[in-house]
Amino acid sequence: MSSLTSYLLLSALLFSIGLAGALTRRSAILVLIGIELMLNAANLNFLAFWRYGPNPAALTGIMFTIFSISVAAAEAAVGLGIILAVYRHSSTTDLDQMNSMKG
Amino acid sequence: MTVAFIILAALTTAGMAAAMGLRNLVHCVLALTLGFAGLAALYLQLGAQFVGFTQILVYVGAVAILAVFAIMMTQSAGPTRRPVFSSAWVTGSIVAGCVFAVLAWAICSSEVSRKMLPPEPEATVHQIGDALMHTFVLPLEIIGLLLTVALIGAVVLAMPEKREMR
Amino acid sequence: MPETIDQIFVVSKHWLLGHLPTGVQPMFSALLSVVPVLIVFPLLFAITTVLERKGLGRIQNRYGPNRTGPFGLFQPIADAVKSLTKEDIVPHTADEVVHFLAPLLLVSAAFLAYAVVPVGRNMVVADLNAGVLFFFAVGSLVELAVFMAGWSSRNKYSLLGAMRAIAQMISYEVPLVLASVVVIMAAGSLSTVAIVKAQAGYTGILPHWFVFTPWGFAGFVLFMIAATAESNRSPFDLPEGESEIIAGYYIEYSGFKFALFFLGEYLGMFATSGMAITLFLGGWAAPVSFLTWVPSYFWFFSKLLVLIAGFIWVRGTLPRLRMDQLMNFAWRFILPMALLNIFIAGVWHFMSVGPLRWLVCTILVVAPCILLSRSLKQEKKLQVRTYRFAE
Repeated sequence: MSSLTSYLLLSALLFSIGLAGALTRRSAILVLIGIELMLNAANLNFLAFWRYGPNPAALTGIMFTIFSISVAAAEAAVGLGIILAVYRHSSTTDLDQMNSMKG
Repeated sequence: MTVAFIILAALTTAGMAAAMGLRNLVHCVLALTLGFAGLAALYLQLGAQFVGFTQILVYVGAVAILAVFAIMMTQSAGPTRRPVFSSAWVTGSIVAGCVFAVLAWAICSSEVSRKMLPPEPEATVHQIGDALMHTFVLPLEIIGLLLTVALIGAVVLAMPEKREMR
Repeated sequence: MPETIDQIFVVSKHWLLGHLPTGVQPMFSALLSVVPVLIVFPLLFAITTVLERKGLGRIQNRYGPNRTGPFGLFQPIADAVKSLTKEDIVPHTADEVVHFLAPLLLVSAAFLAYAVVPVGRNMVVADLNAGVLFFFAVGSLVELAVFMAGWSSRNKYSLLGAMRAIAQMISYEVPLVLASVVVIMAAGSLSTVAIVKAQAGYTGILPHWFVFTPWGFAGFVLFMIAATAESNRSPFDLPEGESEIIAGYYIEYSGFKFALFFLGEYLGMFATSGMAITLFLGGWAAPVSFLTWVPSYFWFFSKLLVLIAGFIWVRGTLPRLRMDQLMNFAWRFILPMALLNIFIAGVWHFMSVGPLRWLVCTILVVAPCILLSRSLKQEKKLQVRTYRFAE
């Protein structure tokens, strides 16, 4: 198994762990953490393809990863702000109890 | 598949699995930080120095702290006795397992992994700066705008509502 | 002859490596670079503790420690023996794993930062291409260690102190990085060795250090203020003040772990001073051109000792800042000044050499400084008395 395959498999494994966490955990904060994990797995994928791909001099993989890190950080901030606002309203972060649109 | 890769991959997977599986939220975030550090080491292994250090600076130094603050501010008193997994955990696990199976099959059966691997590319900070200022200047400006909007939005969302005082 | 004394450590390291088989040479090379760092800086920490206590004592018109040894100079040995033999108390409800790992993480992060500080000519542990970025990345690990310490103790005061410390560190991290961005712009590289090289050279007898330019001086002052806040030193030591919160996030630590926290804090102080020397004060370069025969590491450590003396002086002189004053200062004075400093450095770069750019840049530094500080000062106006009742 070549290096590229091992990196891609690791990235797929991390992605599915993040997906499993985001789909099965009860706390809203952990769902957000799962999403961050999925984004990180995608970053690893980008960098693996940059390193072992056809045109590393174009730096596309690195650029994508840098922008992905920035966007993920911004999204984490806004997501946690939303969770705080919801907590202030309903005193819980349990996703199973946030099932009504009416406040 | 060097020894360094195997150790780092095991560390990262263990950290991330613990982050998704532990009961105590703060332990989850600390395990997540370990996973982030493992990923940063993998980026360094791939030769992307700038991205590796940025990963530590942004994720470990900012996102993990943010998650920890959010946990501190949303925890009701005492540890939770409720079940850790939500009511739809069976479906979720099956979906995640299927996604991993499909991805692994696609990776292992593709032509990409059988080609010759090129030598180590060079990605100095100078080249990254050049690329950011010439080829990727539009995404750079948009990211700046996005981060400003996110900053203002997060502050507005989390601001306590004003209460009238007699 | 001066070159031999200057490069004596490098030459002896290569001589030692020559005796080893080529297979293990990389590992031993790394070991031989790292072990001196692990020896020298804790020794410097030991000397600094006694110097600080004596210095603070003199500023406060009293003797410092003077019982152990001549002039109290063996005090660090006494402190070390005490901290090693004290009972290590872990609270019953504390989270033992996290409680144990917090000081380890702090000290590891503090030691990692020394990898990119060039101590002398050809004497840097790792010449990384993105050295300055590595330094700040490792510095941000300290905040996580502080949180771990505060949270694992299961003590409300400890948690409060940790949250305050993290808020302070995050607030001052941005100006710290921005103050160094000016230097990166001027030197054109993130590598610390290249930054020191960009400050080499002398006009007449005066050196080309970045601190001798208007933007460099402003950047240096901002960097030192942010560094004082980052390492929780007075006047920014509210999270750990004895009279405020009784040692904040390391209340529940005793014995060797407490000594590790102390060590980590001082090592962080030395590391940021070392980075300030590299960025602004010319690294290991001599201050005047006729003194270049003195070894480079001598100049680095002298500058480091001067900066440490500055830290001790400020600690003994200024009163402690309150939390809201501290945060106001960071976000409404230091951060705008750091951003303006970047602009001023750009103006300096694009104007032609001469007295005009000195005049323009000095005015551009001084005027916003005065205006910003005026706007931060709150005027005491007489107000209608309002009552707030507990709800």
